[in-house]
Amino acid sequence: MPIRPTDLLPPQDYRPGSWDEMVDPQGKVRPAWNTTARWLASHQTSDLEAAGTEIRRLLRENGVTYSVHGADGEDPRPWLLDPLPWLVSQDDWKTIETGLIQRAELLDAILTDLYGDRSLVREGWIPPELISAHRGYLHACRGMKLPSKRQLILAAADLARGPDGRMWVVNDRAQAPSGTGYAVENRVVMTRSMPRLFHRNGVRRLASFFHTLRDTLDALPALAGSRSPRIVILTPGPQNETYYEHAFLASYLGYTLVQGDDLTVRDGRVWLASLGGLEPVDVIIRRVDAWFCDPLELKEDSQLGVPGLLEAIRQGQVTVVNHPGSGVLENPGLMAFLPGIARHLRSEDLILPSAATWWCGDRDAREHVLAHLGEMVVKSIHRNPTFGTRFGPELTKAQLADLRQRILARPEAFVGQEQVGFSSLPVFNGSSLEPRRGVLRGFLTAAPDGSYVVMPGGLTRVAATTEAKIVSSQLGGVSKDTWVLGSDAEPFVSLLRESPELAEPDARTAPSRAGENLFWTGRYAERAEGTARLLRRAVLAFVDDLGEDENDATRHREILMQGLLGATNAGPFHPEETTSAVSDEEEILSMLADPLRAGSLPSVLRSLRYSAFAVRDLWSPDSWRVIDTILSDWTDPSSVPSHLEPFSAPLNRLIIDLTALLGLNLESMTRDAGWRLLDTGRRIERAQFLIGVLRHFLVTARSPREELLVMESVLAALDSLVTFRKRYRTAPRLELVLELLLLEPNNARSLLYQIDRIALNIDALPRQPHAARLTPEQRLLVETGSRLRLAEIRRLTERTDSSRRRLDVFLDHMSRSLAHLSDALTLTYFRHADRPRFLRG
Amino acid sequence: MLYHIRHQTTYRYEEPANLGHNLARLRPLDLPSQSCLEHKLHVSPTPDFRATRIDGFGNHTEYFAIQRPHLEMVITAESRVEVLPQTQLLLETCCAWDRVPALLRASRDPEHADAREFTLASPYVPISPELATWAAPDFKPGRPLHEAILALNSRIFTEFAFKPGFTDVTTSVDQVFREKAGVCQDFAHLMIATLRTLGIPARYVSGYLETLPPPGKPKLVGADASHAWVSAFIPSRGWAEFDPTNNTTPTLRHIVTALGRDYGDVSPIRGVTTGGTSHQLKVAVDVTAISPSPNPATTAKVNS
Repeated sequence: MPIRPTDLLPPQDYRPGSWDEMVDPQGKVRPAWNTTARWLASHQTSDLEAAGTEIRRLLRENGVTYSVHGADGEDPRPWLLDPLPWLVSQDDWKTIETGLIQRAELLDAILTDLYGDRSLVREGWIPPELISAHRGYLHACRGMKLPSKRQLILAAADLARGPDGRMWVVNDRAQAPSGTGYAVENRVVMTRSMPRLFHRNGVRRLASFFHTLRDTLDALPALAGSRSPRIVILTPGPQNETYYEHAFLASYLGYTLVQGDDLTVRDGRVWLASLGGLEPVDVIIRRVDAWFCDPLELKEDSQLGVPGLLEAIRQGQVTVVNHPGSGVLENPGLMAFLPGIARHLRSEDLILPSAATWWCGDRDAREHVLAHLGEMVVKSIHRNPTFGTRFGPELTKAQLADLRQRILARPEAFVGQEQVGFSSLPVFNGSSLEPRRGVLRGFLTAAPDGSYVVMPGGLTRVAATTEAKIVSSQLGGVSKDTWVLGSDAEPFVSLLRESPELAEPDARTAPSRAGENLFWTGRYAERAEGTARLLRRAVLAFVDDLGEDENDATRHREILMQGLLGATNAGPFHPEETTSAVSDEEEILSMLADPLRAGSLPSVLRSLRYSAFAVRDLWSPDSWRVIDTILSDWTDPSSVPSHLEPFSAPLNRLIIDLTALLGLNLESMTRDAGWRLLDTGRRIERAQFLIGVLRHFLVTARSPREELLVMESVLAALDSLVTFRKRYRTAPRLELVLELLLLEPNNARSLLYQIDRIALNIDALPRQPHAARLTPEQRLLVETGSRLRLAEIRRLTERTDSSRRRLDVFLDHMSRSLAHLSDALTLTYFRHADRPRFLRG
Repeated sequence: MLYHIRHQTTYRYEEPANLGHNLARLRPLDLPSQSCLEHKLHVSPTPDFRATRIDGFGNHTEYFAIQRPHLEMVITAESRVEVLPQTQLLLETCCAWDRVPALLRASRDPEHADAREFTLASPYVPISPELATWAAPDFKPGRPLHEAILALNSRIFTEFAFKPGFTDVTTSVDQVFREKAGVCQDFAHLMIATLRTLGIPARYVSGYLETLPPPGKPKLVGADASHAWVSAFIPSRGWAEFDPTNNTTPTLRHIVTALGRDYGDVSPIRGVTTGGTSHQLKVAVDVTAISPSPNPATTAKVNS
């Protein structure tokens, strides 16, 4: 069906006093939307559907997520993007831009004053209770001033168009404004999925905003002697709902992503615990709420902060962006006083109005709010999840009475606002376009000279339904790209610097936590691959019989089951149900599909996802795509088959994907310390898995006929069957099998090969001096390698009664040595910061 | 009056603390009623870094860090302070207590704006209508503010039992109010909460009180403790202090170290260590009059 934009909101449906962005009350398309309306008219609904599918695919591939990625295994929510943007005309944008700049300058002046001489409060322009009652106002930060020209470096405001056609400010965001990264992702996806529409519209580009931000940060003070400051982004970690954005910005801007315990304060300065040792940090882009930033002076039980951080700021040794006290600017009660402050400080009126606001801490204002409670929007001054915004007209009598009591109990904590109906935008709901309310988050950054620069675009969010009056201030829900129309097409700007600087040696910028996560990513990826190979063998044995006679097949299955559960170190099947016997098929199914069972394939994959996501900023897009494919295929519990056969093909794919992932990393990552640790993790795991398989399959001595079957399964599970046949051209014999798997230096699967590779990696790591005295890691490797090289295969194959004791002891020793090596690496490289403890006296 | 104050805090750890950040608010303030003539903060082991500043409430704050493993940390503050007699306020010279909120709101005086910050709830001090009801007999409409506060001061003294060890820093005002028992810190918080609920600005004062041994006994070394009381805002006069634990208005035997919204703003030592499991804390305070007190009173109660 062709789309007729004007049908979306015909004049008879246009509610009086409302405003639609695309069509006017007479049913005519507004000028800014002409190009888009023409595009719509020449397309079908199915085209929008196709665009929507493409967008979802691109977002999925780029791994754009929002929301919890908690320890409870909840999947990250995919980011939602509508195929149509919000189009903003040049004239509208001019007003928005000057209005946002005026507002940022004003808020910066207020912030400076509130933590400086407080004259706005002392002279009566802002009531003292409005400031003191707000959690964003940090008494500990009084007198604290950043060395930058502006105290407010990053700012954001949510804008919506009122019924009068003007843009209004709905919220101010100053604590740690989020959304810039999502705005860039939206743009990237839109230019790929709607390229024609994008180019015909002549849309302004976003990159200049980030250039300015980077220039501003680069101009901040650096440790004496260095050319530019070392900059990190401080994130609460992968559990945070906007962690994706933190990781995205870190790799987009080229800064190190850190968590609180990656940093430490010594000598009044901030240091990064990197793989190479402690490295000074000059600038912290703070994405942790200030209250959590320093347990010494703020929230004492915070685990997200850096003890001593505030003192380091006072010492002028680090610049934290934004100023820790900036959260106070988000107080909606300030809106009631902003017009007065603008006239007082600048003799100006606000270019962008905000909804009429009454702060209940003032007696007259409170009486006004209480008298008109049924018409008011009532908000807490905090961003407080326990008190959502209330809409007077929607409340029952009892609810209104309750609200009145709440206000009277803590009047200074509430504001009443006039309800403003905001404009609507066309949103594609999957089958047709419908008008929904939208809010646009605009972003500002201070430039090095102290002026403000507005991102020409922003993050638009739309309401959940046509009827919904509010757009959630949380970032979830449906978003839109925001297209600011320009006079000329702008050239594409790359964020790469024009004069290349030699990148610093990575070991100094990679937090040791990142190294640890890479190490475990390597281990889990390899563990997943090994588990998958064993499972594939088991599935084959049950589905295809491996071409043996009935007795052999049964015996082989038994051995495979024991080996599978032993080598994967599997937890018990349904620990709570121990009574009924479990069939082998059920066992295998649970190893294939039960994420709660220790050692099962999905549980290993979840661990893989967890460690890979924790270093989201370090993966190339292709690597992440593979990781994401693997995980979305295997960790979705809704699509589990009830029998074994359908698993064959996915297991094959998984093994290929995991091989591809490791191959991609081999090829696309530089051989830096992070890569060395990833590869070391992988090698240690491969060696341990090999040892596990040998111990659980070959230590028990069996009849020659059985041993033949077992050896074939061992070779298959260790991906060495083809190598064996090519090399020996004979049926498997134990000495040959062990020689190939333990000692063959050219077999990429052999134990010796793993040890040699680990030794190469370790020697290339930082803090491994090439001196006569060996480090603990080197000592372990020399010991293990020599013992392995000296092993006499013939003696290892000797059997006493039904077991090969020498082989068992030997393998046990190898396994322990590798475990020690893993511990030694952990001690040397992986920060195991003790939990901070709070003292009082 | 001239005093020598020695305040020693000892932390012992079972396993070494590797890195310790600390904030000390131990230097007595310079106020119209007292001057700090000398102050030394000695820390063992010697801190690797230290820095002093004045915090947002005007208190002397010293940050220091010990950046190497240690099993014990001893912080010793020694101060010499001269306390001056304060002029006594005539009860009738201040306004009626119930006029205070409106008066402060209407005022353009910056000092009044500063005082208004101390009318709100703070982490250790709730606003509680229950307290207003309880205090109503002492706060009859039109009663002079100073007189009403004195009545409250003595009401807390009479109705609440001084029970060292009964409460700790985490005990809430509600709990103290229900149990009718506590120590100086609890009574200070309770009184502040009551005043703020009534719209009267009130601050938490931390400091020391000279105590005297029972008649005929020698004074024991380290037997004193830090003390806490209340400072309330009298619009016509400024801040005035009240000690509900001893039912007095501080005169020559109270020495102020820090002022804030509540204990959280003024705790003598705050610290964060990494490592250093299960620490033990020992505090010893000595307040010695260098010139004898003109009016030796009975033993006073302090925090313990």
